[in-house]
Amino acid sequence: MSKYNRNYIVDKTFQWFAIFCTAFGVLSLLLFLGNICFDGIGRINWQFMTSLPSRLPEKAGIISAFVGTLWILVLTAIIAVPVGVGAGIYLEEYAGKSRLFDFFEINITNLAGVPSIIYGLLGLEVFARLMNMGGSILAGACTLSLLILPVIIVATRESLKAVPKSLREASFALGATKWQTIRMQLLPAASGGIVTGIILSLARAIGETAPLIVVGALAYVPFVPTSPTDEFTVMPIQIFNWISRPQKGFAIDAAAAIIILLLITFVMNGIALYYRNKWQKKVKW
Amino acid sequence: MRKREKIIKVLLLACGVVSVLTTFGIIWILLSEASVFFKTVSIKEFLTSDQWTPLFADKHFGILPLLAGTVLTSGIAILVALPFGLTIAIYLNEYAPKQLRKVVKPMLEILAAVPTVVYGYFALTFVTPLMQTVLPSLSGFNALSPGIVMGIMIIPLISSLSEDALYAVPKSLREASYGMGATRFQTAFRVLVPAALSGITVSVLLAISRAMGETMIVAIAAGQQPRLTFDPTVPIETITTYIVQVSMGDVERGTIEYQTIFAAGLALFGLTFLLNNISFWIKKKFTRKYE
Amino acid sequence: MAEKSKMVEKESLIAENVNVFYGDNHVIKNVSIVMPENSITAFIGPSGCGKSTFLRLYNRMNDYIEGFRKDGSIIFNGKEIYSKDIQLEELRKKIGMVFQKPNPFPKTVYENIVYGLRIQGVKDKALLDEVVESTLKKVFLWGEVKDQLKKSALALSGGQQQRLCIARTLAVEPSILLMDEPTSALDPISTAKLEELVFELKKTLTVVIVTHNMQQAARISDKTAFFYMGELKEFSPTKQMFTNPKEEITQNYITGRFG
Repeated sequence: MSKYNRNYIVDKTFQWFAIFCTAFGVLSLLLFLGNICFDGIGRINWQFMTSLPSRLPEKAGIISAFVGTLWILVLTAIIAVPVGVGAGIYLEEYAGKSRLFDFFEINITNLAGVPSIIYGLLGLEVFARLMNMGGSILAGACTLSLLILPVIIVATRESLKAVPKSLREASFALGATKWQTIRMQLLPAASGGIVTGIILSLARAIGETAPLIVVGALAYVPFVPTSPTDEFTVMPIQIFNWISRPQKGFAIDAAAAIIILLLITFVMNGIALYYRNKWQKKVKW
Repeated sequence: MRKREKIIKVLLLACGVVSVLTTFGIIWILLSEASVFFKTVSIKEFLTSDQWTPLFADKHFGILPLLAGTVLTSGIAILVALPFGLTIAIYLNEYAPKQLRKVVKPMLEILAAVPTVVYGYFALTFVTPLMQTVLPSLSGFNALSPGIVMGIMIIPLISSLSEDALYAVPKSLREASYGMGATRFQTAFRVLVPAALSGITVSVLLAISRAMGETMIVAIAAGQQPRLTFDPTVPIETITTYIVQVSMGDVERGTIEYQTIFAAGLALFGLTFLLNNISFWIKKKFTRKYE
Repeated sequence: MAEKSKMVEKESLIAENVNVFYGDNHVIKNVSIVMPENSITAFIGPSGCGKSTFLRLYNRMNDYIEGFRKDGSIIFNGKEIYSKDIQLEELRKKIGMVFQKPNPFPKTVYENIVYGLRIQGVKDKALLDEVVESTLKKVFLWGEVKDQLKKSALALSGGQQQRLCIARTLAVEPSILLMDEPTSALDPISTAKLEELVFELKKTLTVVIVTHNMQQAARISDKTAFFYMGELKEFSPTKQMFTNPKEEITQNYITGRFG
């Protein structure tokens, strides 16, 4: 009986330890959001949203970084979505089980594990230097597109895989070609998963800092970029820049900018989750 | 009609080829720039010298100090993330009521969605000052607090992959253990964890690889002083931080400084590539299909 | 040992007015049954009749199923097994279970057998060795596996695995053994061996076996309970049930008119 009690105590102790661990994860998140809000919420105002960066923390603003982030977001989406979805379709529907397919597959899993800063080095050499884009928005967007490509490819493949075979067969049986089947049946049926994957990957892209720094995005951009060939900065780099300054005022600016960056990230994640749930509810195979 | 189908297929294939070209591109640029670097600096010096001072007048090119920084911060991160992540995985799998699980999982996933620059801010302005109250000798830049924060960041990576692995253990084994009078704790550690060991190992390897490639947290909070030490309280520099440090300045192509970031990048890529592939191999080889 | 078997005789298992719900599904309807000791009782009935659910009530394996609810009482040894102060793990050591499919742990044969003792904290190597040998002999497996005790249990055949699972359960000396269609995944020869074993086991313990195979019930059990749509329709000595059932619906089932 005593052995039993010991086992019971171990079990209960572990349960409490586990609750502590889980709470630790969740609480550190809350603590951490609370801490940042406390530091930065008071700094967020119209002036901060619409001003260019400045040497004086109280005059600085995030307009150039904000616009830079928007540019990057849009251009990255334009480049990465068609290529990623296309590659996903090819692998899932066309490639078949071949050596080539295995190679593609290993390659994509590997790419997903490459540190983002290495993509920065690739972008620096290929886009900024070889293709002569310099530290432009376009070079940054191309680099981030390659970075999120594996995520979009995997999401596309998973969603296509989930479409039941019967739908394919029904379409083929009616005389549709392969592409017609994909375009008119499979893609609409898989769209929920694909869109979720795209939004999540873009949310990741706008949080990326290191690869853009390496490609040559600037830390100090006293103008609002107006074309893809302009030099630029993005919000994470602006935050990094402010954190690195010694004056206390810039730390507050950084916290304020973090709140805005987090808002954008969470909203995108929220949309993705909402979309996924809605899609999962609607489609019951 | 036929032709159109053919064209579409070729276009889609081209999209797939982009991903292959990316891999080749990465390997090619790292090797080509590094090979120029190794014309000036011997591989022996790169691998054995205990100083990394390419930006100083007295230049040394030993990767060891940067490597030590990378290993140290990642090591601390894993020491934090593994016990927490695995415990959370076991808790969510065996103990937690379904409703709680539904709330906790997405919350943990938010941890992974937070941009890393934000974690860097947290490490520098919150964790370091907090640690300094307990450990007064801790410098403002150190390996400890970015390591811990990085650990918190990768908890969801370990917990969700480990949970998948635990979940994949067939219900029949769980029932057998409970049926014999085992507690949840005994079932978890004597049956489920051993059965899911390969999956858990994979999660840890991927987490280490992720931590080694992580840049902003260490760039912000660990300092920029390459030194060969495993003392977590002093400023250090990781491979990734060095690359950022050089990139923030204006470095001309063709200079030795420019080449160093590719040599450092090659070392980092090699390490993470190795870890990732070991984990794929384990996954393939040891994923036992029950039933 | 002698003392222990005397105690076993006194242990009783009584269910009274038991109802089980899974969410809104009423799957067991007002069942009362007293298990005869040192005998084999077979539960038969068509798929989904609740026989497995009812069996799993005895060691509370249904607790893990979403939406599970029960009322009525199940008394083991004079104690309600669903009461708050019952020690679940202790209960399961006394009421062992063998499952439909063999489910050895992915460990060695040896470690499978001693699992139950190890979790109770037994470390004495000599004792463990002895238990391994004696329980493997009880299930007629010793001769077949004595040279592969350190090999993975997954390398054994299906029939051997199932007997190993029984041995594993016997190692903690339960007084009641629940078997949930233990031969459904086995070939005829393994099935025959297992039936022989079950027959042997009733000398020392009470066996409750769920089976979809009426020949099996007729061959090995002393009493048979027929479940239909969640109700216990008939509970009689096996011979009587198969020759002269009380209820018409039992007659229909055992003569194969439905099921």
